[in-house]
Amino acid sequence: MLFQPINRNYHDFSIVRDKDLCINCKVCVRQCSYEAHYWDEARQRVMADSSKCVGCHRCEALCPTSAILIQKKHSDFRENALWRPQFLKYIYKQADSGGVLLTGMGSPVNIPIYWDRLLLDASQVTNPSIDPLREPMELKTFLGAKPQKLEFTKGKDGNPKLKTKLAPQLELNYPLMFSAMSFGSINFNLHIAMARAATELGICYNTGEGGLHKSLYKYGKNTIVQVASGRFGVHRDFLNAGAAIEIKIGQGAKPGIGGHLPGEKINAMVSQTRMVPLGSDAISPAPHHDIYSIEDLGQLIFALKEASEYRVPVSVKIAAVHNVAAIASGIARAGADIVAIDGVRGGTGAAPGMIRDNVGIPIELALAAVDQRLRDEGIRNRVSIVAAGGIRCSADLVKAIALGADACYIATSVLIAVGCTLCAKCYTGKCPWGIATNDARLAKRQNPEVAAQKMINLVHAWGHEVEEMLGGMGLNSIESLRGNRDKLRAVGLSETEMEILGVKHAGR
Amino acid sequence: MTYVIIGNGVASIGAIEGIRRYDAKGKIVVLAQEDTPAYGRPLISYFLAGKIGPERLPLRGDDYYVKNGVELKLGTTATAVDTAKKTVTTDKGDSIKYDRLLICTGGVPFVPPITGVKGPDIYSFTTLAHAKTLIELSSKIKRAVVIGGGLIGLKAAESLHDRGVSVTIVELAPRILSGGFDEKAGKLAGNRLKKVGIDVNCGVTAKEIQRGKDEHVKGVLLTDGRFLECDVVVVAIGVVPNSALAKEAGIKVERGIFVDEKLATSAKDVYAAGDVAQAIDMLSGEHRVVPIWPNAYNQGFASGRNMAGAKQPYQGGLPMNSISFYGLPTISVGTVNPPEGDKNFEIHAQLDEEKETYRKLVFRDGRLVGYVLVGDIDKGGMYTAFIKFAMPLAGEDKDKLINAGPEVFLWPPELFNETWNPEPAADAR
Amino acid sequence: MKRVYPNKDVCIGCHICELACITAHSQSKDLILAYTQERGQTGLSSCKHVHEEGPVCVALSCRHCDEPSCVAACISGALQKDPETGRTVYNREKCVGCWSCLMACPYGAISRHPLEQKIVKCDLCYDRQGGPACVAACPNKALKQEER
Repeated sequence: MLFQPINRNYHDFSIVRDKDLCINCKVCVRQCSYEAHYWDEARQRVMADSSKCVGCHRCEALCPTSAILIQKKHSDFRENALWRPQFLKYIYKQADSGGVLLTGMGSPVNIPIYWDRLLLDASQVTNPSIDPLREPMELKTFLGAKPQKLEFTKGKDGNPKLKTKLAPQLELNYPLMFSAMSFGSINFNLHIAMARAATELGICYNTGEGGLHKSLYKYGKNTIVQVASGRFGVHRDFLNAGAAIEIKIGQGAKPGIGGHLPGEKINAMVSQTRMVPLGSDAISPAPHHDIYSIEDLGQLIFALKEASEYRVPVSVKIAAVHNVAAIASGIARAGADIVAIDGVRGGTGAAPGMIRDNVGIPIELALAAVDQRLRDEGIRNRVSIVAAGGIRCSADLVKAIALGADACYIATSVLIAVGCTLCAKCYTGKCPWGIATNDARLAKRQNPEVAAQKMINLVHAWGHEVEEMLGGMGLNSIESLRGNRDKLRAVGLSETEMEILGVKHAGR
Repeated sequence: MTYVIIGNGVASIGAIEGIRRYDAKGKIVVLAQEDTPAYGRPLISYFLAGKIGPERLPLRGDDYYVKNGVELKLGTTATAVDTAKKTVTTDKGDSIKYDRLLICTGGVPFVPPITGVKGPDIYSFTTLAHAKTLIELSSKIKRAVVIGGGLIGLKAAESLHDRGVSVTIVELAPRILSGGFDEKAGKLAGNRLKKVGIDVNCGVTAKEIQRGKDEHVKGVLLTDGRFLECDVVVVAIGVVPNSALAKEAGIKVERGIFVDEKLATSAKDVYAAGDVAQAIDMLSGEHRVVPIWPNAYNQGFASGRNMAGAKQPYQGGLPMNSISFYGLPTISVGTVNPPEGDKNFEIHAQLDEEKETYRKLVFRDGRLVGYVLVGDIDKGGMYTAFIKFAMPLAGEDKDKLINAGPEVFLWPPELFNETWNPEPAADAR
Repeated sequence: MKRVYPNKDVCIGCHICELACITAHSQSKDLILAYTQERGQTGLSSCKHVHEEGPVCVALSCRHCDEPSCVAACISGALQKDPETGRTVYNREKCVGCWSCLMACPYGAISRHPLEQKIVKCDLCYDRQGGPACVAACPNKALKQEER
């Protein structure tokens, strides 16, 4: 139409409405928080403005007559291997706005996905496979420092008694946890859901850097409380509310970058929980201003251990960057019980697109490198490794364990379970699925009861699949797979890649 | 346990249902003066107008009395109550023993002492028999005069008019519907009636009903000297409690049979309900006779369950009327005509004569105590809630009610949750 | 008895319950026909109404009260309490459209039929397999039918 910016029509999606099916009931109008659907008073029917569509599919999902189809806009630019349409659109946008391109969720760009290049082994003839439906299968996982050796004495009853004092452990029924997503970046309904699901499953969820609302303290046994550079919501009760404490150094989606929760999202509850003034921006600095060395980190680790009276393990989360192995070694030596590594494909509520898509390294390589480095240094037992960033399915999880992870963090999968379609507009605060939004009208689209059940179902399903895969390999516990890279083979990878991953090529 | 119910109107039905909620077995005897099972008394105007047939008159299904274990004695009038012996004597000569007695004998039409009012062609339009007679007559008669511009009078006028009879209404008060409605609502209703050709005269009434040599009515002489020729006269000035039976039995009667919060009378195990009872009024807290349909059912129900031993007090009656005049719906609930000049009341009224809509809200002490709706009545019940639950309305909330109408979000949150989404009970089955 | 309980905290105001209601009460049992044709032709309308104010919304309909004001007010016997099921039952044939129930019901659960002198009121979809259509259709489990 008239009076529009010259590049307005270069949008990504088209809203196609089947006129035979559309009854003009306005469900789509009410659902679309971007106002792509609207009621046209003059025409007395529902119309759409495709230029506003973000491709979240909420309307398509809720249309009671299936009248809506969201598809990629057909219009193509002239083919150009270098100047792909995405880059043209970036430039048009920046030429208009002069600003940094913001985005959300994990990177969609084509960085090699090693999970897809790794294949699992199975038993045939020479070693028996195990049927998890008939035989016990152990997925229980303990995260925390393990002793170098175990010493025993004779107890009063004559039986041997463990003499070695064990470091605090985080006990998980599945080798996975819900990764850090702060209260603020996602809303309270999902925090309730994660807390309930984690409790029911016997795993943990991570508060993220936004503190923990008092009403969720009762789920403490299944909560990891996070301390990040902004120190939001950190106080003594908070540190003692969970089953572990995590220091967040970095995030896979935006290594080296701080965070910024806009003031509009700081409502009364967020303000109270984060301990920041109502309506003021909550800015997480890029570094922790008290950490400039491994020694500084060690001070914080032990400060937190002191504050929590050495009852819970302390984790340090870093983004997977070039020197990840050396950094992880330093973290282990600084006294952390767990090191969590977040790969380049990890998600975010908001990050500059250039950072998200160009900074960091894939989790597969980082994980293998860290595990190997710690083994080489003889300190692998001193920390548990948690891998994060792009674990899409139970096979990815199994492969990560085989590469050396003790457990994985999942977050994007959890959000997809409750409806996320990866439209990547989290940073707008208008998430039509009620996930990355604190708008009361939208947030209630996540019914904690429904969301918790979906999360529980997902983990149950993955658990069954992991058991199947373990059984197929002739293993009856996840412990037997941990770091067992012989159960992996590569397809189509270079010598260097295989060397880093510590795997042979398929056929060898 | 034997329950005897004198009367077979809606209070009686309420009582049966109240008893049966708590006592599935006790014997229930109903003495019905008329010859039919309980019918919707207000339906007789619909019946007279030809809008419904006789089959739609009964209030409950054919098997109702049998299913509920009720012995229905049709055409039976109670003639005496002995509260000491606990018996009721009937005109058939029976003496029925009761454990609990409910008197719900309703009201009797008030007939003013006008010359010529006694004799043929005078109807009160409160019984099915009158309606049936009027239907038979309607093809023969040409003109009728209705004395009384209240609800019954107006509905009688409308029904007769529908039957092709030319009708004139005379009302002593300066306006029609002076009881439950206010002036503006009355005017809108009056206009509607005038529009279809019903002659409405206010500030005037019948001085004398003149009869011919054959005793039949010739016409009505009005107080202003006019003479209205007519074939029948409907006297609809109101009803008075039919409390003679109770009075003779030595039961306390003021304006009606005086009952406590359990609907119990001064006599042990004797209860009263409906138009005959003087029961507690929700808004004023006083004992009043409010002869309206929902009160009768509610009092019947409450008396029934108390007779059955449930010990739940009656919440008090709330005056309410819903009635349409030639398709113009009107609703009036609570206190709609507060005493003039009384500063405790606050009134907000909006009238649109063109659209024939009117809304009047009456507040007292920060609460809604009454309202009138004409034309647009769809939110009626939502207004009733504010009166019934005595919800406080201050500042912005009150403005919202006045400007945007009633909305459930104006309810106190606790009441909202309790009502709509209560916590599941611990022992939920 | 099992009643339908609306939870305003998770009602998303999509109005799908209303669509389900009219479909369940339509001749065709087909949403498209019910909404585009029967609504206009027969005055088909929903027993359920979504109330909205700002971000808060909730879908309300008849509560099937233990002691319903509408039954007390009904002059025709069209509204009665079914002692067996606990439902507040509406007999359309008996109704004369006097609106007494509409006036008496403090829950605003009764509305006028748009074309006839009849009312529209929830019947709990008593003859529908799988229970009330609104509950089945709610995409966010904001409506629950249960014993409380």
